[in-house]
Amino acid sequence: MKRALRQAGWETRLLLRNGEQLLLTIAIPVGILLALAWTNLVPSVVGPDRIATALATVLAVSVISSGLTSLAIATAFERRSGALRFLGTTPLRRSELMTGKLLATAVVTLVAAAVVTVVAFLLGWRPVPGSAWAILVLILGTACFAAWGIALAGLLRAEAVLAVANGLFLLLIMFGGVIIPVTALPDPVAMFARMLPSDALAEAMRVAIVGGRAPSLGMFAILVAWGVAGGIVASRTFRWS
Amino acid sequence: MPPPALRVTDLVVRYGTRTAVAGLSLQAEHGQVTAVVGPNGAGKTSTVEACVGLRRRASGDVEILGSPVSADGHVATQVRDRVGVMLQDGGLYATARPLELVRHVAGLYPAPDDPGTLLERLGVDPGTRTTIRRMSGGEQRRVACAAALVGHPDLAFLDEPTAGLDSVGRREFHALVRERVQDGLAVVLTTHLMDDVERLADHVVVVAAGRVVREGTVTELVGDDESVAFRGPLHADVSGLVSLLPPGGTVVEDLPGHYLVTGAADPMVLSAIAAWCGQHGVRTADLSVGRRTLEDVVIGLVGEL
Repeated sequence: MKRALRQAGWETRLLLRNGEQLLLTIAIPVGILLALAWTNLVPSVVGPDRIATALATVLAVSVISSGLTSLAIATAFERRSGALRFLGTTPLRRSELMTGKLLATAVVTLVAAAVVTVVAFLLGWRPVPGSAWAILVLILGTACFAAWGIALAGLLRAEAVLAVANGLFLLLIMFGGVIIPVTALPDPVAMFARMLPSDALAEAMRVAIVGGRAPSLGMFAILVAWGVAGGIVASRTFRWS
Repeated sequence: MPPPALRVTDLVVRYGTRTAVAGLSLQAEHGQVTAVVGPNGAGKTSTVEACVGLRRRASGDVEILGSPVSADGHVATQVRDRVGVMLQDGGLYATARPLELVRHVAGLYPAPDDPGTLLERLGVDPGTRTTIRRMSGGEQRRVACAAALVGHPDLAFLDEPTAGLDSVGRREFHALVRERVQDGLAVVLTTHLMDDVERLADHVVVVAAGRVVREGTVTELVGDDESVAFRGPLHADVSGLVSLLPPGGTVVEDLPGHYLVTGAADPMVLSAIAAWCGQHGVRTADLSVGRRTLEDVVIGLVGEL
């Protein structure tokens, strides 16, 4: 565990130093929050709970962006550069590397979430007692998407990961129940979207932040099930080189 | 008697249908530098990668510090605690600074050396704010070397460690390696630079086409034979000259129009060379007789280096 924590510290330091990474994980979510709060671009983000709905949506986007897209791309390019190959010759185990990456992603996502939450607060959003459930949702969601991020990096070449991770991100936020609620999607798409972790994540965020209630066990179950599946795929497909 | 630091038996590594290592066997002892030399594509790096678990082997056995490496490349963590590796290329986080990278690697080992002292020893300023991406190739090799040795390993694989290093850097590297070897470190050194081998190696393994073609100490490989170098016809068929030499003599055109004859260098050989050049309508030029170097021997064995 000591090596996993050390690796987590190392990964966090590199992530926070990377300007592009900070742009993706902090600046863009803040930009989306402002866009959702000040415009009528997204019909679902309107009404008296507008800022709360925007915050829940942006937190879900942020989790998918850093957990799936950024982590998959970073891991794939670390393999291509040989950095993973070298780590594979040290005493660091693959489980410790994955734990380190997961923890570092969680830390960066929490930092991004804190910044976005402060901006939402400045825009007029006020937390309610049940909002704290969002922290648990954030952590579970990050673990789930990070597992799939590492899995994706193990399945494809770096260039393919770049394309697939970005494509998946767009598909999930547009048609996976994040920006457009599943109720607004055509029936067959909605049925499929309800089984996705993106919908469970976004819906659980909205329930906690907008409704101030505990998300249903079903939402947690979907996140955990996808997370476990992602973890299994990641551990089977992981390659140092 | 303790087991050798590394024992490789009948190793076979394949990339699809291409065989990179074809039944190679070698052994590296504690407190010695074992140099693996040979031309590009001889299978040196594939052998190292199979030993440290980065490459799946098709068959054969690898044993590191008395523990077997599984066929799929699994090396027990307690063994990896005692092994350091310098890869041929890459392996460094480009956005990191040298000290923080080597410090991070040190933290993965149970009893590491001081990262700052080691970097300084290799000629890298531990206080530099320059990221690895902005360092020269030679400087990056020094950092990679520090990362390989900072865990205070019992066995170190150093793949092309001095490529791109200036003469001062190479001297610093030679001194550090010799010092560590005296303390019991086993080094497996793969290189194209025969100067490194002559200065460092206790045992030399010459490989070509994935197989060991010769091994021994530098003295055993070089022997007492002399060599004759000369300028002659361009790309001529050397079989006629070989037939004029005493048994065991070899002829290699190591550079266009430049030949190296190994074996005895008696007057008969010299006149045979002059006659052969005459047959090809050219005058023998720049003929010199001397003791063979290790490079001459290896080129004689594998044709190129």
